[in-house]
Amino acid sequence: MSDTGPSGYPTAAAEAIRSHPEVRAAVTAATRTFDAHRARAWAEIDPDAWRDWARDVKTHVLTHLDRYLEEAEASLQANGTQVHWAETAEEALDVLGRIVAIGNVRRVVKAKSMLSEELGVNAYLEGRGVQVRETDLGEYIIQLLGEPPSHIVGPAIHRSLDDCRTLFHEVLGTPLDADPDTLAAAARAALRSDFLAADLGISGGNFLAADTGTLALIENEGNIRLSTSTPRIHVAFVGIEKVVPGFEDLSGLLQITSRGATGQAVGTYVSLLQGPRREAEPDGPEEVHVILVDNGRTRLLEDDRAWEALRCVRCGACLNICPVYRQTGGHPYGFTYSGPIGAILAPGLLGLAEAMPLPYASSLCGACADVCPVRIPIPDLLLYWRERAVEAGLSPVTERLAVRGFTAVARHPKLFDAAGEALRWIPWELGGRALPVLGGWTEERTPPEVDHRSFRVRWKEGIE
Amino acid sequence: MIVRVALFATCLGDRVFPDATADAVRLLRHVGVDVDYPAGQTCCGQPALNAGYVREARALARHTVRVLRGADYVVLPSGSCAGMIRHHVPTLLGEEHADARAVGDRTYELAQFLVQVLGIRTLGQGLVGRRVSYHHGCHALRQLGVRTEPVQLLEGSGAQVIPWEACEECCGFGGLFSVKLPVVSAGMADRKLDTLPDADVVTSADGGCLMQLSGRARRRGVEVPFRHLASLLWEAVA
Repeated sequence: MSDTGPSGYPTAAAEAIRSHPEVRAAVTAATRTFDAHRARAWAEIDPDAWRDWARDVKTHVLTHLDRYLEEAEASLQANGTQVHWAETAEEALDVLGRIVAIGNVRRVVKAKSMLSEELGVNAYLEGRGVQVRETDLGEYIIQLLGEPPSHIVGPAIHRSLDDCRTLFHEVLGTPLDADPDTLAAAARAALRSDFLAADLGISGGNFLAADTGTLALIENEGNIRLSTSTPRIHVAFVGIEKVVPGFEDLSGLLQITSRGATGQAVGTYVSLLQGPRREAEPDGPEEVHVILVDNGRTRLLEDDRAWEALRCVRCGACLNICPVYRQTGGHPYGFTYSGPIGAILAPGLLGLAEAMPLPYASSLCGACADVCPVRIPIPDLLLYWRERAVEAGLSPVTERLAVRGFTAVARHPKLFDAAGEALRWIPWELGGRALPVLGGWTEERTPPEVDHRSFRVRWKEGIE
Repeated sequence: MIVRVALFATCLGDRVFPDATADAVRLLRHVGVDVDYPAGQTCCGQPALNAGYVREARALARHTVRVLRGADYVVLPSGSCAGMIRHHVPTLLGEEHADARAVGDRTYELAQFLVQVLGIRTLGQGLVGRRVSYHHGCHALRQLGVRTEPVQLLEGSGAQVIPWEACEECCGFGGLFSVKLPVVSAGMADRKLDTLPDADVVTSADGGCLMQLSGRARRRGVEVPFRHLASLLWEAVA
């Protein structure tokens, strides 16, 4: 991840493209595969009807969020789950810290959870001397590498098979030419002892049904099921926007998420968790805690345009189709959520000044809007945040002056024509690169040969 | 009944692709359209809008609507600027400018106009034997929904349209995007160039995309024959 947060994006992205072409190759190949699977999976169903339905469910919940959260809390408690509320990352980590201290927890296994990345759970636990093991294969790889996730669904998407061969050879002793099945089996064997030794399992939550208090989790590896059922304590971090009205909504929402993420009709494993182990049940945790996390979400919800980003189900479809994301993967964005959805969540969750220039990390091609299963108008929201950035004076001064100057000139046709004539005389290859705004163009491209007779002149002369 | 069209040349169409813009005029006249070029037209305001300068974009949108109001149809040799006038300008001006919606509803990209309004499927057989790859400009494709029209016209005029795996992917231009994030933008152009099929000519309805792709190709020392769709379709007539 960019060390300087979102502000480092331009430099980190350029560095990734220039110095690590293998990242671009790995990310482009993997996202194209993801996207092809998604396209096939959505062709099997009536995409517009499903997307309208999913949008409406999420919109309804977000416009009645207080009611559904209270209902969810009551349902969770009725199931024997302990419910905690956290307004900030610090509060969420404090809650975890108390559970860890009271439970005398020494070893933690983690199922994949982007919210736990957002909160910084691993660093927090390690700082308290607790051993943490990521158990999703992709997360396991990047934990060993000491990297943050590069993609919402495929955290190690920026790494090639050869990277993994080398890593597993060093850590697990597998042969350097091991096939993917051998690598997965080695990870599986290593993780098994971690599952059995863990005192506490951490997960996120794809959805939380308010009426039954059911926590729904989708996965393909079985590690979430083990993480949430083997250790004696289960802690789930759930963003407040993940609540849905009813258990019956899950069937559709789980499907649109899986179809958007991996192109499966539904993930290989779906866990519907109903609280701790009951009497006469052979397995399951003794204690279950759900930590409902705000961390900027209420502030985003209060924005009467940008709130729509909270409908996101974290399928990653917008990353997979994004030509900008494909150039670099997620690290240069300097934020847990990357790609188009990250660029519209960051200003809401971090604050706009902190999120700059992520709203500009898009060519506005619109491909993301076409694939979003909950119809988040991502390009419109990128434009919205850009408008807010200009209002707040966050755009570069040279750019502001250039746009204002251009506009003033373009309101006067004769002046505009004269300025167009002047453009022809700019010595691009010599001093043109020093020009504000226009100079940036020639950095990577040869400027066009501007025709000496404009269309306007030709029209006057008559077009044969 | 004679169809009357107001041509909006666009900034790039005026200065960078005047040949293509003139070819658009020739094409329209060839199919019996009466073409006017309303005086006073400048920039539609899209670059300002895309960079977040809504006040500036609104000023240029207002100017553009004033220039174009009263036209039966507005036709542009650009899907991107057509998308701006059709979709963003009415939203930007809202109730303030009653003409904006009317102008927007009558605005078309060239190929879209030829196929959707005039019902044309061929412009001649001048492209027989030509192997053409078509780049879909993002706004033509996703804002205007123009996917089949340019291909229909090319194929209807005898060209063989060669499949291109990245034909619907963004070229990386994006107006000020290409200036603000030049390396990312160039990387996107590289992806397009690296996947180009073996074709005689690469075409698009958008001059901005062609400027980006040809500029990047030349910087890399690659010779790719790019041609604006208007010019290629005019070749079909000849």
